[in-house]
Amino acid sequence: MSATTISNPSQASAIAATTPSAIEASSIGFRYGDRQALSDVNFSIARGEIFGFLGPNGGGKTTLFKLLSTLVPIQSGSARMLGHDLAGETVRVRRRIGVVFQHPSLDGKLTVFENLAHHGHLYGMTGKRLRERSAAMLERLELSSRARDLVETLSGGLQRRVELAKALLHQPELLLLDEPSTGLDPAARREFANYLAHLREHDGVTVVLTTHYLEEAERCDRIGILHQGKLIAIAPPAALKSEVGGDVVVIHAGAPELLQRKILQRFRLKGQIVDGTIRIERPRGHEFVHEVVDVFGDEIDSISFGKPTLEDVFVHLTGHQFFTDTRTEVE
Amino acid sequence: MRDVILQAGTLWQREIVRFVRQRSRLTGAILQPLVFWLLLGAGLKASFKPSGMPAGINYAQYFYPGVIVLVLLFTAIFATISTVEDRKEGFLQGVLVAPISRSTIVLGQALGGTTLALVQGVIFLVLAPLAGITLSAGAILVSAAMMAIIAFALTSIGLVIAWRIESTQGFHAIMNLILIPIWMLSGAFFPIEGAPAWLQWTMRLNPLTYAMAALRRGLYLAEPATIGVTMPLGSSTAIAIAFAAFAFILATRVARKASTI
Repeated sequence: MSATTISNPSQASAIAATTPSAIEASSIGFRYGDRQALSDVNFSIARGEIFGFLGPNGGGKTTLFKLLSTLVPIQSGSARMLGHDLAGETVRVRRRIGVVFQHPSLDGKLTVFENLAHHGHLYGMTGKRLRERSAAMLERLELSSRARDLVETLSGGLQRRVELAKALLHQPELLLLDEPSTGLDPAARREFANYLAHLREHDGVTVVLTTHYLEEAERCDRIGILHQGKLIAIAPPAALKSEVGGDVVVIHAGAPELLQRKILQRFRLKGQIVDGTIRIERPRGHEFVHEVVDVFGDEIDSISFGKPTLEDVFVHLTGHQFFTDTRTEVE
Repeated sequence: MRDVILQAGTLWQREIVRFVRQRSRLTGAILQPLVFWLLLGAGLKASFKPSGMPAGINYAQYFYPGVIVLVLLFTAIFATISTVEDRKEGFLQGVLVAPISRSTIVLGQALGGTTLALVQGVIFLVLAPLAGITLSAGAILVSAAMMAIIAFALTSIGLVIAWRIESTQGFHAIMNLILIPIWMLSGAFFPIEGAPAWLQWTMRLNPLTYAMAALRRGLYLAEPATIGVTMPLGSSTAIAIAFAAFAFILATRVARKASTI
């Protein structure tokens, strides 16, 4: 699986033929004091892609976001964004990217329109151009009726839309979003995702986001999985799932280690122990469920099988549970 | 250049609009020093006469310019404190990734804080007759100019701290440790002439002392003799301007280096 594979080849290759990649990162590393937050991260994102960095909290997503959004200067390695060197041509990069932060970067004491106006001024937009562009963005995000309201009076979902309108005001070619779904209910999350897809479709905007929501990652053209500061896989979600060997069988047992050894002896299958359960990847999982229950039925508390999810991909690649301490955030 | 004016201007405007929409800030910044002045000034007026204080005035009169600087100080602090949270989780995040230099950000912030402080300082001038000071138009102008310089300097110092530290609690601690003593040892509270020798030296090294003297002189523009011997307006003003410029440059440096993690 090459790093530049994309799921929408016809569209993306047409753009890629004439313009440089959206992002080209080589051996990016970053450390906070003693802690290595990112090490040797390499990837390439094509124009017009929707790309997601997936990983549990602490995996390095937010650090990578801070580097790409120019919030924090790059420490080691290099990156080219939209053809510009991230470290040497930061201002050029800034003019052409839009950034959506996890915590709103809106001023609650200002109205929706005032927030957009300040943003426009920072990007050198004034007068008629600013007014028309603001009106158009508010229209597209269905915020026109709230333009004169103070941002602090809006719901979380609406604020996220204002945030997006602001980030897109100066017509960026690349949109970076840090955990855009955090704090949104499932309906608002779907709506937001649809809008991102629409944006790519109609404006050709490249979308790069970070997420720890598996369903959000599913909707990306490609995802990069970040684990302990390393990019351990990069491919379309379907390709990643097909790397897991067939179905995933999960067995709960009183003595998992013992049962794991017995299964190895009897079926020549090496299961993984993850969080006190035995996990076995196997084609035709339903048949295996029968066989294993026939032989070891007494030692099994419960058994289930299913098609692999991105969570299974993560476990497959790392041997770690995806959600260890963030379980409560999952629905 | 057009971009710098537009960008700094928009940040300046934001400070003003926010302030107007938060009434409590206005009352806080004016009322606290006012209460201070009324209680200390009135209470100590009859009995308290620090050595070195000019013969022609009472303590409430002496303390009045000091309270004006306190108003400027409080406003400068309120105006800069939002920087701390703003850059980690608020509006400033977006500014930091915009095509704008850190110096321009600091310029917009400093001008915003200066304007707010100046407006409140001028409002406080209304109380001058209560302090037994009759202000001529010239005195108002010179005093306002001094207040602007002092406000710019204090806002810049506030920004140096705000860009360097990570929490608002830290800001309060440093404010009490640095800003309040700078104010106390500026001649706002007691005259330099009557202080013990070691304190005199500390006060002479304090740049706010000169700004304070220039403001005092501006308020008594027509009758400088009333406040006794004091340093010439020209040199104290020059030191005040140098102080403001130095604080601003320091703030831009700190902001440029500040990490946002």
